[in-house]
Amino acid sequence: MPAIVQLEDIHKVYGSGEVPVHAVRGVSLEIGAGEFVAIMGASGSGKSTLMNLLGCLDRPTKGRYLLSGADVSGLDRNQLADLRNQQLGFVFQGFNLLARTTARENVELPMLYGRRRFASREIRGRALRSLDIVGLTDRADHFPSQLSGGQQQRVAIARALINEPQILLADEPTGNLDSKTAVEIMGVFQKLNDAGITIVMITHELDIARYCQRNLVMRDGRLVSDVPVGDRLRAPAELQRILAAEAKAMLTA
Amino acid sequence: MRFLNVIKVALRALRRNALRSVLTALGIIIGVAAVIAMVSIGNGAKSQVEASIASLGQNIISVFPGNFTTGGVRGGFGSASSLTVEDAQAIRREVAGIAALSPEMHDRAQVLANGLNWNTSIRGEDVSYLDIRLWGLSEGDMFTELDVRSAAKVCVIGKTVAMQLFPDADPIGQSLRIRNIPFKITGVLVGKGFNFFGQDQDDTVIIPYTSHIRRIARRPNLNSILIQAQTPGQMARVQQDVTDLLQQRRNGREPDFTVRNQQELAEAATATTKTMTVLLGAIAGVSLIVGGIGIMNIMLVSVTERTREIGIRLAVGAHGRDVLTQFLVEAIILSVMGGALGVLLGVGASQLVSKLNNWPVLVSPAAIFGAVAFSAAIGVFFGFYPARKAARLDPIEALRYE
Repeated sequence: MPAIVQLEDIHKVYGSGEVPVHAVRGVSLEIGAGEFVAIMGASGSGKSTLMNLLGCLDRPTKGRYLLSGADVSGLDRNQLADLRNQQLGFVFQGFNLLARTTARENVELPMLYGRRRFASREIRGRALRSLDIVGLTDRADHFPSQLSGGQQQRVAIARALINEPQILLADEPTGNLDSKTAVEIMGVFQKLNDAGITIVMITHELDIARYCQRNLVMRDGRLVSDVPVGDRLRAPAELQRILAAEAKAMLTA
Repeated sequence: MRFLNVIKVALRALRRNALRSVLTALGIIIGVAAVIAMVSIGNGAKSQVEASIASLGQNIISVFPGNFTTGGVRGGFGSASSLTVEDAQAIRREVAGIAALSPEMHDRAQVLANGLNWNTSIRGEDVSYLDIRLWGLSEGDMFTELDVRSAAKVCVIGKTVAMQLFPDADPIGQSLRIRNIPFKITGVLVGKGFNFFGQDQDDTVIIPYTSHIRRIARRPNLNSILIQAQTPGQMARVQQDVTDLLQQRRNGREPDFTVRNQQELAEAATATTKTMTVLLGAIAGVSLIVGGIGIMNIMLVSVTERTREIGIRLAVGAHGRDVLTQFLVEAIILSVMGGALGVLLGVGASQLVSKLNNWPVLVSPAAIFGAVAFSAAIGVFFGFYPARKAARLDPIEALRYE
């Protein structure tokens, strides 16, 4: 399995004031193509900072970051923006969709900022295909305010997928969702992962982490644990179980 | 990002806060409207002055007597009685390029006719006077060369005089008495209105200058000589030749005359209105700048409000330049739409002013173009700082912004 992400002794220090914050203190990590990794840790453990570094939203203070074998630690703002546009997809806890902009137009957004120009028909077609992957074709013309939380997050996933990135980065994607919807979203992720996309996800929920293949734990800016998931959960089965439990609760009520 | 998309996004953002956008643009609307209205009114006044100068006649050069000093008392401009009919004849004879010439006499006197009386200006002129002044007769005829040569007791009267002395009679063929001398009325002049000094040009009686010298003024000296050059190009030379000739005729004495041309007069008269136009335009321009600051203010608010949106765009791969363009285009659309509405309002306001006050108003395309271009420039200038602020946001900070 070739490594798609290679971190070599990555450090990140914030603030040039009197008390610099050493958020990430020497993380070395390899993530192979096709992996599904969960990063866990208490707040302040540096997991969000690590995620920003992985997502090329930020540059490491020290260390090397190889993305698909290419060193990206020294790139400038615009080169990083192009990387985010072409190779990375983002899913956030708060969905971060543009309000008063339809689902389809939200999904199209990364294509508009690509360095390659596409015909508007091509953009539209790819947006609809992307929405199809997350099962929301029929909601293409809805505004975010007309969609449920789970649907909004699916739109966000469709947006992350439109430029066919190698890696999907998700920052607590289920944090704002109820447990059943969370399982549905994990189902979407598992399906994408099965199709070959590498996924790195932050979560603080242990049972959500069990849908992944590999769990990393951070504490005080360092990786303290890196274990494969033994009893991995599959979303369809879990969903079945939840539905059955709901039905049973209805019957007894 | 494609330009069409940029415009679409900008319009959507402006529509989202429609009232705010309109209020923001209002500064520019009022500014542009003010500039256009002020400049139009100023230009209107200028064109009126120019028209009234043109109505004096074309290519006109006037010779006035100089000042007269006796015992240390200086008499002021035109006080010397040094200009003679012989001077006028010499000019006519010896200076080339003269289309027409009229020796002029001027006095005020009480005029009686038809049992009524009226104090008016009595001008002594040559036959060519009406041609020089581009003046016509509404009734009757001008007096003739023969009348001038024989110092005949004939006159043509202005419209005001006709109305005052012959309110309901035909003045042609009647006679009026000037200083008890009867003059026969041969014609009534077309109404010419007030000149730009505010004098009623129609309040006059014109008689042959010879009659004026002999019968009314009873002095041999002319008040002025009115000369019309054949072409505008000859004016400078004719003016110089007249000056040289009169100087020569004075045998080296101090020059006791002044030669002026209409151009100087026109320049002096339009200078005032020009200054006025610039001043009004400048004051209105200040309100344009204030409007621009309003745009900057709202764009700064907008950037802050939409920090998260900017963060999303940056996260999915927008370059700083894309964000800059977007906010800049938004500011430019605001100001240009304001400019366009301002043009409509400004043109409307000038028309209204011209209707209500009966002022001449001249809406110049240059003012419209200038105001719109200026408002677009204001959009760029005042939109740049907020747009750059947006473009320089850190994507992580922007995404975290609540």
